[in-house]
Amino acid sequence: MTVPGAGTDWRTETQAVADGIRRRVLDHVLRNNGGYMSQACSSAEIFSMLYTKVLRLGPSTAPPVPRSFGGVPGAPGTEFFNGGEYNGPREPRFDRFIFSPSHYALVLYAALIEVGRLAPDGLEQFNQDGSTVEMIGAEHSPGVETTTGSLAQALSQAGGIALARKLHGDSGNVWVMMSDGEFQEGQIWEAIETISRYNLDNLRVIVDVNGQQCDGCLDEIESGDPLTHKIRAFGASAVEADGHDLDALELAMTAQTGKPHFVLARTDPVHGLPIFGDRAPLLHYLRFTSEEERARYQAAYEEMVV
Amino acid sequence: MEIVKRPHVENFIRWSKDKPEVVVLTADLTNSSEVGKWRDTYPERFFPMKMAEQNMMGFAAGLAREGYTPFIHTFAVFIYRRPYDQLAMSIAYPNLSVRFVAFLPGITTPGGVTHQAIEDVAIMRATPNMTILETGDATEVESVLDVAQSVDGPVYIRMLRGEVPRLFPSDEPMALDRVRILSEGDDVTVITAGITTEEAMRAAAPLAAAGVAMRHLHVSTHKPLTDPTILESIKQTRHGVITLENHTVIGGLGSAIAELMADNGVGKRLLRLGLQDTYAHGASRAYLMKEYGLDAPALVRGIEELLGRSIGVSEADLDVVRIEQVHSLAKVEAL
Repeated sequence: MTVPGAGTDWRTETQAVADGIRRRVLDHVLRNNGGYMSQACSSAEIFSMLYTKVLRLGPSTAPPVPRSFGGVPGAPGTEFFNGGEYNGPREPRFDRFIFSPSHYALVLYAALIEVGRLAPDGLEQFNQDGSTVEMIGAEHSPGVETTTGSLAQALSQAGGIALARKLHGDSGNVWVMMSDGEFQEGQIWEAIETISRYNLDNLRVIVDVNGQQCDGCLDEIESGDPLTHKIRAFGASAVEADGHDLDALELAMTAQTGKPHFVLARTDPVHGLPIFGDRAPLLHYLRFTSEEERARYQAAYEEMVV
Repeated sequence: MEIVKRPHVENFIRWSKDKPEVVVLTADLTNSSEVGKWRDTYPERFFPMKMAEQNMMGFAAGLAREGYTPFIHTFAVFIYRRPYDQLAMSIAYPNLSVRFVAFLPGITTPGGVTHQAIEDVAIMRATPNMTILETGDATEVESVLDVAQSVDGPVYIRMLRGEVPRLFPSDEPMALDRVRILSEGDDVTVITAGITTEEAMRAAAPLAAAGVAMRHLHVSTHKPLTDPTILESIKQTRHGVITLENHTVIGGLGSAIAELMADNGVGKRLLRLGLQDTYAHGASRAYLMKEYGLDAPALVRGIEELLGRSIGVSEADLDVVRIEQVHSLAKVEAL
């Protein structure tokens, strides 16, 4: 576990958290024979940057070991709790974190553990019956403030939150973490047009551009202009950055543009785990097909720990 | 009968005055949803979202999470059809207090199949956390806002606009999950909602003159629908129950009453009048109500079927039909 801002060079800490996320997710995948591995490989630095460097958050107000499922919002006789409590109290000066691609939940949980907001034991509840540490998180899951598993709905919700925070005069930003596949949905473009029209410069977005989706590689499907050009054409600012380069990410994520701002983090879906590349282009979900394969990944894990 | 022109316009402005948390979102149907003057009165609380309903649902959700009460104003079909996933996942699941003011319920519009919300009650009933209200007259248009605002969670309102009759006294506002008893009698129980209530009221006097005792219940809350008056009336009724709804007979008021009867083991006949599992088409409201059997004569025929005899009420015996002008000045367009 690494505590942010503990004195050493921030890059050392931030990289240690990123490495820890990858290692923890691979450990989980090895022990459960399956998981969203490529998402951890591609976005470990993104989550690490958010939680150690960029987001201004207060301490978690949620129990380190997550509460069990207690009922859905609005269900009679239940006291619903929100997973955003792991990101600290909602105060005007603090940022808010909105998590869009819910199938990255395992990566988010690992990140919360690495920065001390969630107990390591919390991950043992992952995908267990009766647990809130769900495989595809909902808003009772640790770190998850809004329900966004139906992809591309988070940006509009974050837009409403950002608009309300502007009206209230809050100084905190609203940060959204997205995946590149979501830009195939029309709602995203409705949302970018709207957040630009309302000049919601308190809304900032980091996108894991890993070129991957469920059916394979995005490039096979997508054509035309790069995403940055499209986003700018809709009125927001957009910059690209190497999603594994902490300095590049810092520069891109802290840029002040006077507009809603998008950082397109170009990432490698097998970063830190090169043997995973043998499975390209189908990297969405990792499940071992033989004991031999599992052993090779176990060996890769041992190397990471050293 | 008093006809009130655009009761929502001034009422909503008055009602919002001391409620700074109330904001309005529209999707390019501002005047058609009778909030053009509201926009001019409270411009700082008015947010046009253009023709982008999926995004509008998300923005409403975000505003609601931060303490505002968004009143989405648009046509019903653009609330429950086009952006349903967003409505369900961004608003209904988190139980957020967003109010959907849904215009053009059922066949109230000559706008045709694309503008006629004929299965909205079915879909909203199947949506957990959703409360469903329907206005039947000017008094309910004026009082539905308080009812909606009393609910902690999302509320869908079938709203009337333009020229709206006043069927109920101004000092008898809509109440959540409470039916109105409009006539008493144990031969048949007739249950209506929205614009079909006026039709059953037209039939009341001729039916009484023909010796048929009709208990007429008006429903303004589709969900929850637990007023014990309904079950008591059904149990007492001799020949059966008729529901008359401006909606498909699958999933709406008729289905809700069927569920209530089955759940409680009440073995009575139930006749569900409304759109019989069909889409409609663009024509005047009076024409469509006659074509699809949503009007007073259709109700009389239904009662005759339950009684098993003719009761000698002709169409001429029914009160004069109120013809709503398609090109009324009370509407901003012919829709």
